[in-house]
Amino acid sequence: MNFELSQEQQLIQDSVARFIDDKYALEARQKLVATKTGFSTDHWSTMAELGWLGLTVPESLGGFGGDQVDTMLVMEQFGKGLVLEPFVASTVLGTRAVILGATQQLKAELLPGLLDGSRQLAFAYAEEQAHFDLEDIVTHAKIDGTDFILNGHKSMVQHGASATQLVVSARTSGGQADTAGITLMLVDADSDGIKIAGFPTVDGQQAAEVTFDNVRVPKSRLLGSVDEGFDLLMQLVVDGILAVSAEAVGAMEVLYKDTVTYTQQREQFGHALSEFQVLQHRMVDMFMEYEQAKSLLYRATLEVAQSGLGALRTVHALKHFIGKIGIMIGENAVQLHGGMGVTEELRIGHYFKRLLVIDALFGNSDFHLQKFAA
Amino acid sequence: MSDMNVFRAEIRDWLEANCPPAMRTPMPVNESPGGGRRAKFNNPDTKVWLDRCADKGYTVASWPKQYGGAGFDKAQIVVWQEEMRRINARPPHVGMGISMIGPALLEFGTEEQKLEHLPQIARGNIWWCQGYSEPGAGSDLASLRTSAVDDGDDFVINGHKVWTSGANFADWMFCLVRTDPDAPKHEGISFVLFDMETPGVGVKPIKLISGLSPFCETFLDDVRTSKSNLVHELNKGWTVGKRLLQYERASIGGIGGAQKSKSLEAYAREYVGVDVEGKVSDVSLRDSVLHHRMNDKAFALTLRRASQESATGRAPGALSSLFKYYGTEQNKGKYELLLSILGTQAVGWGGDTFAENELTTTRAWLRSKANSIEGGTSEIQLNIIAKRILALPD
Repeated sequence: MNFELSQEQQLIQDSVARFIDDKYALEARQKLVATKTGFSTDHWSTMAELGWLGLTVPESLGGFGGDQVDTMLVMEQFGKGLVLEPFVASTVLGTRAVILGATQQLKAELLPGLLDGSRQLAFAYAEEQAHFDLEDIVTHAKIDGTDFILNGHKSMVQHGASATQLVVSARTSGGQADTAGITLMLVDADSDGIKIAGFPTVDGQQAAEVTFDNVRVPKSRLLGSVDEGFDLLMQLVVDGILAVSAEAVGAMEVLYKDTVTYTQQREQFGHALSEFQVLQHRMVDMFMEYEQAKSLLYRATLEVAQSGLGALRTVHALKHFIGKIGIMIGENAVQLHGGMGVTEELRIGHYFKRLLVIDALFGNSDFHLQKFAA
Repeated sequence: MSDMNVFRAEIRDWLEANCPPAMRTPMPVNESPGGGRRAKFNNPDTKVWLDRCADKGYTVASWPKQYGGAGFDKAQIVVWQEEMRRINARPPHVGMGISMIGPALLEFGTEEQKLEHLPQIARGNIWWCQGYSEPGAGSDLASLRTSAVDDGDDFVINGHKVWTSGANFADWMFCLVRTDPDAPKHEGISFVLFDMETPGVGVKPIKLISGLSPFCETFLDDVRTSKSNLVHELNKGWTVGKRLLQYERASIGGIGGAQKSKSLEAYAREYVGVDVEGKVSDVSLRDSVLHHRMNDKAFALTLRRASQESATGRAPGALSSLFKYYGTEQNKGKYELLLSILGTQAVGWGGDTFAENELTTTRAWLRSKANSIEGGTSEIQLNIIAKRILALPD
């Protein structure tokens, strides 16, 4: 599974790593966290210029023509810097939804802005009552002439408040928990009847609650087919899981390596902490768990790139492990840094918080264990 | 009626008549009765409850009456705690005064020191903080470098303390200082007290990942304190300091009967839902909550047994390390479970989307991560148990 990177992939990985080195020192990041949008529009433009926003857009449509493996390479590096820009929301999920579901005409309208960064998407799929079940959708859309009329409520929409358009899942027929009867559509963020309430999450990132009150959406904004959106929804969520899992693996690498370095520097009882065997073993555990997570990430990503939703079981295993291992590595990194581990000053705590949020995105560790067993 | 039943009836009547109804509800963090010169009472009943208890000596019921206590014996304390729990009463007063420096002064202080400080502590007039850790002295506390130099009637203190809980609100500090730089590290330390308003004391809060700043750095620059503020003998401060850590560990570990709070089961029912039989619908979550509950039960029994054995002098002091280790691991485990129960409702940092208790749970979860570090890390507790109780070699 130790796959060879192509020359192009190697170039992308290197350029993302350089970007993180240059722009994402902790202090610089925390300044961005404190701003209103919570990320840098300059960085966002840089990502557009470097072609990252078109990573999985086909070459024929002006993109790089990559797949989930390319996204993984970028996200793993992003995880090392805890990148704040809406890459997952707008590019991995939003742009992907357009590529997979939009008509040629809609693609032509949207893609230029998506590739140059002037257009930003968010993915409004989660609902509070659903407890991570994707098919549990109460938000509904009724057909009225050439429009859908949308009513309902979406929660935890990553970067919802800064998006220009939202990809929304709605029920067009069937019961609350049916997989049939789900439709995806693209909704302008400034439509009449839409209310977007942004809020910060514990990891310093941005999310929103979105309420739709008789929002009119032209049928031309349909993504995929009416009533048959569940597979598309699932494909997007799978891509989202792979992306945040790669980010988590990057963050875990920082945590275990920082911990090894810190214990070599910090002395107590006349010895470096790293000389205490009980702490050595703890760090070995962290390292081994990180390796496990990385193996699952590579495996799941390759499987999805090759067989799409056929790889679902491996994806459940991956997300289960990412949640469990993320907390384990984060907790031990904090413990081994002592009091410093819980301060704002060191980066440890910030990575730990991000891992916590990643566990809660697209279904947590427990949820995916149940799905794996089912 | 036996004497104890008469006593219980008296306590029950007094509590019924004197504990304000608002003080029988779960205590929000911002109504914690820490007291002190700059005490702010967000709920006026907190002040009423503190004063009524202090008048009777009930804030520190086991202390002798002349020091502000009620002079209750072991059996009476048990009754007092049971009756408090019966009406779910909030503690009238909390803090390092009653849980740490008070017991240390009772054990090691001179009569003058006891009379000067204990009644003030009992009334909640003085907020105490603990000057222990330093940037280079954490787990290896005895390597501390803050110095106190003999200068006539005073000591002159210089150094840098860190993780000082509540130093920005505290009125007095109890502090470990080095008084003999040439002695082996445990034998050149003394235990001194000083007023935080003394010239030369500087305090800077440390910002934590929970967004709170419960700890501070404390800078001591030529701080003078009278030699009458030395507790126990010169260069014997480690004995006091170590003993006090045992009180601290016992209190972080959860000894002393907490108020009832909303159970994990109740959270699970509310956020995850129930099946047709009314059980929490997620099977693996149900198992985890039960497992946690059983550990809680066993831990509570261990605490109770140890408290009974210590009354008869049979429990080793090092057992407080077990309480500290187990109690903090349980607390961290509780918050892990709560977080997984709350799901995405646990990732908020602000805004109207989240209920107040959801936002505070997230921060409390982050705060709980320091439990296994403060007051001696879990690793240090395991070492103490290995060496002091199991007599394993260094």
